[in-house]
Parts: sequence; C-alpha cells; structure tokens
Amino acid sequence: MRFIVTLILGLLPQALVAQAWEDRQTFNEGASTQVLRIISSTDTALFAPIIESFVSQYPYIAIEYLVTGTADIDRRFRANPDAFDLVISSAMDLQFKSANDGLARRLTNIAHPAWAQWRQSLFAFTSEPAAIVINRDAFAGHPIPNTRQELIQALRARPEVFRGRIGTYDVRQSGLGYLFATQDARASETYWRLMEVMGALDLRLYCCSGEMIDDLTDGTIAVAYNVLGSYAKARVKSKDKIQVIFPADFPTTMMRTAMVSSQAQHPEMAAAFIQHLIALQSSADEVSFPLPPLNSQLNQAEHATIALEPALMTFLDALKRKSFLAEWEDAVIHNN
Amino acid sequence: MFTLIGGTAILALLLFFAIRNYAVQVAQSAQDNILGASVTSILDAAVIWDGVVEIDIPYASFSMLSTPMDDRVFYAIYQDETFLSGYPDLLITQTKDRDISFQTITHQGELVRVATASRTLIGKDKRTQIRVALAQTQDALSGTLDQISQNAALFVTGFFALATLLSFWATSATIGQLKRLTNSVTRRGPQDLSPFEKPVPLEMLPLVVSLNSLMARLDHSLSQSEEFIAEAAHRVRTPLATVRSYAEATLQRVDKEENRQAIRSMIRAIDESSRAAGQLLDHAMITFRADHLERQNIDLVALVNELVTRLTPIAEMKDLSLRLQCDEQVLFSCDPILIQNAVRNLLDNALKYSPSDGTVDVFVTATPSIRIGVCDSGKGFPEAELDTLATRFSRGSNAEGTIGSGLGLTIALDVATAHGGSLQLSNRPEGGACALLLL
Repeated sequence: MRFIVTLILGLLPQALVAQAWEDRQTFNEGASTQVLRIISSTDTALFAPIIESFVSQYPYIAIEYLVTGTADIDRRFRANPDAFDLVISSAMDLQFKSANDGLARRLTNIAHPAWAQWRQSLFAFTSEPAAIVINRDAFAGHPIPNTRQELIQALRARPEVFRGRIGTYDVRQSGLGYLFATQDARASETYWRLMEVMGALDLRLYCCSGEMIDDLTDGTIAVAYNVLGSYAKARVKSKDKIQVIFPADFPTTMMRTAMVSSQAQHPEMAAAFIQHLIALQSSADEVSFPLPPLNSQLNQAEHATIALEPALMTFLDALKRKSFLAEWEDAVIHNN
Repeated sequence: MFTLIGGTAILALLLFFAIRNYAVQVAQSAQDNILGASVTSILDAAVIWDGVVEIDIPYASFSMLSTPMDDRVFYAIYQDETFLSGYPDLLITQTKDRDISFQTITHQGELVRVATASRTLIGKDKRTQIRVALAQTQDALSGTLDQISQNAALFVTGFFALATLLSFWATSATIGQLKRLTNSVTRRGPQDLSPFEKPVPLEMLPLVVSLNSLMARLDHSLSQSEEFIAEAAHRVRTPLATVRSYAEATLQRVDKEENRQAIRSMIRAIDESSRAAGQLLDHAMITFRADHLERQNIDLVALVNELVTRLTPIAEMKDLSLRLQCDEQVLFSCDPILIQNAVRNLLDNALKYSPSDGTVDVFVTATPSIRIGVCDSGKGFPEAELDTLATRFSRGSNAEGTIGSGLGLTIALDVATAHGGSLQLSNRPEGGACALLLL
C-alpha cells in the first residue's frame, strides 16, 4: 500500500514534467547525493522490494526508477546512453542488440552461469514463461485449453463468445510482444494459424501488459495470449477469476535481463546493483524477490528458454522485421 | 656444451612460434569457415519479390556465430550501393560473385574478422547485386590461441629441459671418454709409442686409430733415425782409429816442435770425435734397449768392481786414485749392459774432470735404496745448471778445455729412467761433483 501512496504522491507533480513515463519513483530520496537511474519495463510494485533491500544496504544511494515499455526503453536508452545507469527489460532481443552494439558495460567481477549472461555485460535474472491467461467465467462448463491447438479449437467452437474478447500484444509497439511472436513463429506454424483465427475474431491489441490484464480481470476480454503469467498473478487480487495456462505444446520462456550502461554516471553502484539482483534471485524468497527466479530446472526445459545468443538479432534486422510485421498484419489486421 | 643448449633454446623458440603460427592459421580458418557459411546462408535467403529485394535471414545464420566467449556480431547488407539493413558503419569491400573474402579490420574499437560475399539477383527487368558483410570479434579465437600458446609453451619448455638433460648426458659421456684417452696419453713415458688398446666408443674409434697410426709412424721414424745415428757413428769411428794411428806414427817421425804441436792437437781432436762417436753409439743402443729391457738378476757390486778394475790403468795414467766402497753384495734385476754403460760414462766423466792427484770415490749401496755413486774432486757442477746438465749435448759452462760430447750424463739418466729410477747430481761440500744413480 505504501507504494501505491508513494506512487500517487510521486505521480502528481511528475506527471506534469514527464508524461511519457508509465511510472517514475525515487527511492531513498533523502540520500540523494548520488542518484542511480534505472530504466525498466518491470512494474514498480514487483521491483520495489528489490530496490528497498538494496538501499537498505547502501543508505547513501538514492534510486530513480523509471518504467516504460520495452520498445520505448530501447529508443530512449539508445538516444541517451549517459542518462541511465541501469537498463532492465524483458525484451531480450533489444537488450542483446544494445549489448552487442557496445552500449553495455562489461562487468568482470560478477559470477553468473554462462547461459544466463552474455559477454559479462548482459545478465539474466528471471525465467518467465509466456502464458495464455483466461477469464474463468468465459470457460465455465467448457474444457480449459492446454495447448495452442486446443485454444484454436475453443475459439472456433464459440466465436460468438470470443469475438472482440481476445487480447494480445501489438507486436509493432511492444518489444516483448515482438520477441514472443517471433519465437512462437520460429517454433511452429501453429502460431500463424492461431493469429489468423484470432484476427478473424477481432483481436484486440495492447501496447502493454497492464491494460491487457486489467481488461481480462474486468471481463472485457476472455483470453489474453502471450502474457507473462507471473505478471498476471501479481496484478490480479482475486486470483480465482483468472487462470494462467502455460501451453504444453511448446513453452516460450523469456529471461529478464539487466545491463549497466557503458556511459553510466555511477558504474560501480550500478554493478553493485546487478550483483544484488543476482544474489537476490537465487535466494528464492518471494517477499524480497517477487519475480520468478532463474529456472533451476532450466536444464530440462532448456530448449524452451530463449537463449542469449547472436540469433536474437535475426528478427531485429530491418528487412526481416518488415516482412515479419507484414505477415503478422496480414494475419491479424487484414481480417478486421 | 653451451652451444648445444643455446641451439636447443633457439630450436625451442622456433618450435613455439611455429606451433603458435600454425594454431593461428587453424583457428582463423575455423572462424572463417563459420563466417563464410553464415554469410552464404544470408545471401541464399535473398530473393526478388515484385522487384523488391527481400532477405529472410535464417535464424541459424546468427545462431551459428555463438561462441564461448560471447563474441560480438556485426553485419551489413547492401543492394548495389544502397544500404539495406544491419550496421551502416561496417566497412564493406567489393567481391566477385560467390567469392567470399576475409579481412581483419577494426570496428567500434575492436578487431573483427569480416567475411564479405555478394550475389547477383536477376529480376524481371534488371540485375541487382546483393552484398553482405558479416563481422565477428575475435575473443574466442584469442582465448583459444592463448590456451594453445600456453600448452605449446609447456610442451616446448619440456622439450628444452629434456634436450638440455640429453645434451648434458651426451657431453659428459663423450667428454669422459676423451678425458680417459687424454689421461692415458699424458701418463705415457717419453719412449712409449705403443698403440692404445683400451676399448673406446664407436664414435672415437677413428681418432684412436689415427692416433695409433701416428704413433706407429713416429716410432718407425724414431728408430730409423737412431739406427742412422748409430750407423753414422760406427762408420766414423773406424776410420778415425786409423787416422789416429797414422797421426801417432807421424808424431814419432816429426822433430820440428811446431809440427809436433800441430799433430798433438790433431790427435786430441781425433780423440774427441772418436769419443763422441762412441757415446752416440751408446746412446742409440740405450734408446733401443730401454724399450725392451733384458733384465737379469746380477750383483751390482761385481759389475762396478769389474769396471773399476778395467779403468784403473787409465786412472793411474792421470795419477788418479779410484776408491771403491761397497756393500757385500747388491742384487738387482736389471739390464747389465745398460747399467754398465751408465756407470762407465759416469766414471769416464769423473776421470776426465778430476785434477791430477785427485781421488774418485765410487760406492754401491743397497740401503736406503739401491744406488751407485761416483764422486770426483774436481771443480764440481755449476750450481745454476744442475737441472739441465743431463739433457742431450749440454755441457757444463766450466767444461771448456776438456774433451766431451755432452752425452755422458744423458746416457746415465736414460738408463736410470728405463729402470724406473733417476739421476741425482750434486756437489760435495769439500769440493767435487757427485753423480748418484738411484735405481
């Protein structure tokens, strides 16, 4: 509750200054001799405990936490790499490209498994599978779909129920949505079939997860595709209203990543924060680290987790992106 | 030795650089292969669709560029001279169709390996060339190279250590043999020219063989020259005796004092020559016999006694007295002819250098060691020359006016040496020289 209050109090003046931020908060403001600026796509509510425990360890550090969408993070960070100390995003591909382009600082003292980091500059600290989230009311008396195929069948069976009540990311605006879409498309043709079915049912497109989950909770939409399940759980108070399904046919798991800007104003502090982040995620304490920690059973589901490798740059290629978006629009919007 | 180790060190260094150089080539060609495959797969994905170039980069193109060191990847795609996608700042070079060129350049402050290839697409009404450059940093490569260099360094160090040990062993083995050979050469007496019999390593056999053949030739020419000297002395001595008898006969017939004087000088000169010839003969004989001693057990006292008796008339002619002091019997295994020769020469010297009315003392004792001494009452040896007098043809600086060849003491010394003894020269405190044959 404290955060909500802080949020409201904080937002009132700031909303006038910088309307572009989804959220903007300063922690430990009194000690603001040094202000660590974090640009992130993670909701403040989920990230606040992590920051709080950090500032309790380093009381002389103030942290300004700026929240915006993943694509927007990439734009802003590339425009002003010196304006931010830390960049935290769920769009692995955009993060990877920034690191590849030399925008991330190499931290040599951080011990982290090779699969969870890239070039000692990009560090993964969560394992979050993409989920189909449904409103239970819409499926009352009907079987809950466990795979994409079953979802297609369910949508086709009752188009009157689902018309205009399906939501997913607008991949043109959301970096994470684009990542999930491209990985799905890479994994199976089912993705395109699903998109065509959804497109035929007047698919609603969202820029951000927040609005999508809000609409799902109040029943505006019945199905949200490719949402972060953990996110949905965290946002929704009455958990029995919705159900989170991890598709059994092929799961797509994303790792949230953090990096220190190569032009960070406080590189040591930023590195200390990453250290803190990594240490915290391995503690597996849901109170101090509300995000899903790096998957310990990653080995068995490894194929499903998007790897931190140069291939992430494939779909960011201008030509490839153009043709992918054209195909996506063809499937989703053409039918509207 | 140090040349050997130095050579090994240079060899080891060469080996190290050769291995490293080879590793660089192998590692680089491995990276080139992957870059080449990747760039080809991108080019293959290029199509013209309604006059527009589309390149659907395969996911594997970049996936295959994953390295353990997380190398950065850059690429650029051009259609003719127009930039299509990728990194516009990446340098791109011209290449022929389907021909991949590789370069190492600096991009964004890092060394990168670039593979560039091109492909011509034929559209409806035009030809267009697609060029793709794909670059990758070389962290994994240098990591691999460091690893290889480390291993190579270890290997080369081991090689060096082993080679050094081997060279130590080889040299000490060879040097040891050489030292043994040197020792046996050094230990040899001056007359010993016999061949080396001890076994030597195969490698040293030629040396020993040629050394032995040198010895043999030396021995041969030495004995030849000795024979020549003996022959020459013999041939000179006989005519000299004839000349002397003629001279003496002439002396009886000549009355004029100055003529007699001349003839007497002539006889003196003849005597001197004849004596020298005799001694040369003796010396040659001794040199010959010294190598092949014919030892007999004899009584030295009897031998010396006989000599003294034989020389007594000559001594009396010069008014000298010969005194002999001997033990009862001194038995010794030796070559009697040589001993006789030595003692006769010593006695000869004593008689020659003693003034008239002098005494020559001769003694033979067995205690503390076997020795034969001959002492006169003359001027004695010049103190400064005691060490050199026994060398061939050397005569004391105070011997002028006395007939002599300078071979007497040499003969005595050679005989003593042949019997494993020595010759000791000294002066008596009361005056006179003393020669002691220590056997």
